[in-house]
Amino acid sequence: MRLELHKIHITGLAFADKTYTSGGTLFINKDKAEAVIAEDKRFAKVELDLACPGESTRIIPVKDVIEPRVKIGRNSYFPGFFAPMEKAGSGETLVLDGAAVVTCGPIVAFQEGFIDMSGPGAPYTPFSQTFNVVLYVEPAENLEKHLYEAALREAGLKLAVYLAKCSAENEWKADEVQVFEKGNSFEETQKYPDLPKIVYVCMNITQGLLHDTYLYANDLKPALPTLLHPNEVLDGAMVSGNCVSACDKNTTWHHLHNPIVQALYARHGKEINFMGMIPTQESTVMDGKLRAAAMNLSIAQQLGADGAIISEEGYGNPDTDLCLNARFFENAGIKAVLVSDESAGTDGASQSLADATPELDAFISTGNVNEMIEVPAMDKVIGCKEAISLLSGGAEESLRSDGSMFVELQSVIASTAEIGFNKLGCEWI
Amino acid sequence: MTYRIVHYINQFYAGIGGEEMADHKPELREGYVGPGMQIEKLFNGEGKVVGTVICGDGYYGEHTDQARIECLELIKGLQPDILFAGPAFNAGRYGFACGDIAATVGEELNIPTVSAMYPENPGVELYSKKTYIAITTDSARGMAKAIPSMVSIGEKLLKREKMGPARLEGYIHRGIRKSFFHEKSGAERAVEMLLAKLKGEGFRTEYEMPVFNKIPPAAPVSDLSKATIALVSSGGIVPKGNPDHIRVSSAESFGAYDISELKNMTPENYESIHGGYDREWANVDPDVVLPLDVMRELEAEGVIGKIHPIFYTTTGTGTAVANAERFGKEIGEELKKAGVDAAILTST
Repeated sequence: MRLELHKIHITGLAFADKTYTSGGTLFINKDKAEAVIAEDKRFAKVELDLACPGESTRIIPVKDVIEPRVKIGRNSYFPGFFAPMEKAGSGETLVLDGAAVVTCGPIVAFQEGFIDMSGPGAPYTPFSQTFNVVLYVEPAENLEKHLYEAALREAGLKLAVYLAKCSAENEWKADEVQVFEKGNSFEETQKYPDLPKIVYVCMNITQGLLHDTYLYANDLKPALPTLLHPNEVLDGAMVSGNCVSACDKNTTWHHLHNPIVQALYARHGKEINFMGMIPTQESTVMDGKLRAAAMNLSIAQQLGADGAIISEEGYGNPDTDLCLNARFFENAGIKAVLVSDESAGTDGASQSLADATPELDAFISTGNVNEMIEVPAMDKVIGCKEAISLLSGGAEESLRSDGSMFVELQSVIASTAEIGFNKLGCEWI
Repeated sequence: MTYRIVHYINQFYAGIGGEEMADHKPELREGYVGPGMQIEKLFNGEGKVVGTVICGDGYYGEHTDQARIECLELIKGLQPDILFAGPAFNAGRYGFACGDIAATVGEELNIPTVSAMYPENPGVELYSKKTYIAITTDSARGMAKAIPSMVSIGEKLLKREKMGPARLEGYIHRGIRKSFFHEKSGAERAVEMLLAKLKGEGFRTEYEMPVFNKIPPAAPVSDLSKATIALVSSGGIVPKGNPDHIRVSSAESFGAYDISELKNMTPENYESIHGGYDREWANVDPDVVLPLDVMRELEAEGVIGKIHPIFYTTTGTGTAVANAERFGKEIGEELKKAGVDAAILTST
């Protein structure tokens, strides 16, 4: 399977009378783009704003982040959402690399986070480095919350596809073409008989009640673990529907960039034989956890896997899924490395996980979600600054009268992403 | 400025004598004595050992309260900016004395303190959370490395420079987790760790598995119809308006509320403030999280004796295990005191 990502490097944003890219700037016709979203009657208000790296801007509360992309010549993306239901992972994709659609609005009491485009909070999130088209929406009166989540999730995807589609319809030139190519498991094993066979198990929050992840537009909660070619992951098969603590939810942007998939891909044929990704569930019931762990192992065993990287999403309850996966894989003789964040308390002195197992002897830490950080007031706030009082990691007293905040790291979106995107990790002091 | 350094050592390193002089009482000498010379030298003119406090290990161990006060007074009089104690290597009584005086000075004078010991020195377990303890070998043969390590930690503390992870700075950790930026992403580190594990090479896990306290369950209730049952929840159900300001996540407190007059939880009187789940349905009917309505029915039918008039509540999301343990202990004690026979714990 061969996937080509044709990347236009975006280094600037501006509103203009049409939507296109030129000289690294993404120009957007604000009225038209807003109209594309506003035609959905589930929204009472739609407004676009722009936030660039280095600006004194806070975006709060943020639900999801999506990279603008479209299949070249097809004008569509995200199968089952804004593309026909079809297989992802091959052909040519136009990527507005460096740009991001950020969904925002009065969505608190789901669970969201914030992004600071500069200052001490900025290094914790990759989205202080992206050129953000912020989609601020307010729901129509009495719109039921679960319908609102669906509306907002779809609106973010729709705008991302729209921006890339308009760019593709005008003159453009890729700054970079990135190719991902790998044959099927049997071909690759014949080619590299001596390399260790590695699978990646990507755990996803699938707890219902707004804690969901979508694979080919299908809710993963009632689904079963399955196997994906890495190209499918990097080409829009997975979409976040999560309204969970901001720090460690995998946004749609993260799925598109899955750093573990990319790191394994980079070593494929050299040090390892990368067999693919197993997207799996984090169930709320014990049988569900056992089923998922057993089936993850079954798939890995049928591929003859020697080793696995397993990443968690969320904290607390899914720590049990993490431990079960570690135990099942290790006991079956498949070496496992687990990636997770820690909840060590605001003082860092508490034990970090809600569950433990001795087989989990190779742990990668992505940071302490409870660690306190201080962020100054920003000149501009997109959204609603008071929302911090209800975000996970925030409290009534978090926002001070001067606009500065004293909050837990977990209120910063993607700050402890367990998909391993960031460089943050805990150490003993 | 020149930092005022005070050094604490035992009778042996002061050249007074070995075991036979272990009951030597606290004594102050001007300037450095023994290993303090190297400390001052490493400060390169930026610090001066203004005095050395010497105490016999036996005296400190056998008359600890007295020795502590005497040493503290001697140290205090020198108005130090920092205290170094040791290195004690694997000498148990010396390690205890170094740890104890360092912890005391840190707390009383509010200045940085640094000691140095072998990780198995009993002073480590007692004092590693109260002072910085540089890691040494088990004997004085490691002196040449121990002193620079102590000084490097001490200088960082004096200059309020960022202190790195224990394993890189060379001190024994204080049991605290802190986030740092690594050179490589989590994904890269994961792949490298897996490759090392597959090759059978050594690797360093970034978090050793914790050991949980196992609590034996209480005996079963013998007669439910006579039992007093309490309701306890981590589902974030609180009186409307959250009067005690329980946090929506990472709770550091719990609430106790009187439900003796209440038959039913309604959106008018109670709500969920939990930051870890979709509150939509819990706020339509808080009974779905704290089942007071059904419990009242069982009480009326005589299936249970009665419902305890107070219910306990907090939010269980991102809550540190240390806090959760404390809540459990405190709530458990209160229930026991009130003569409650059993509790229903609802989570979310």
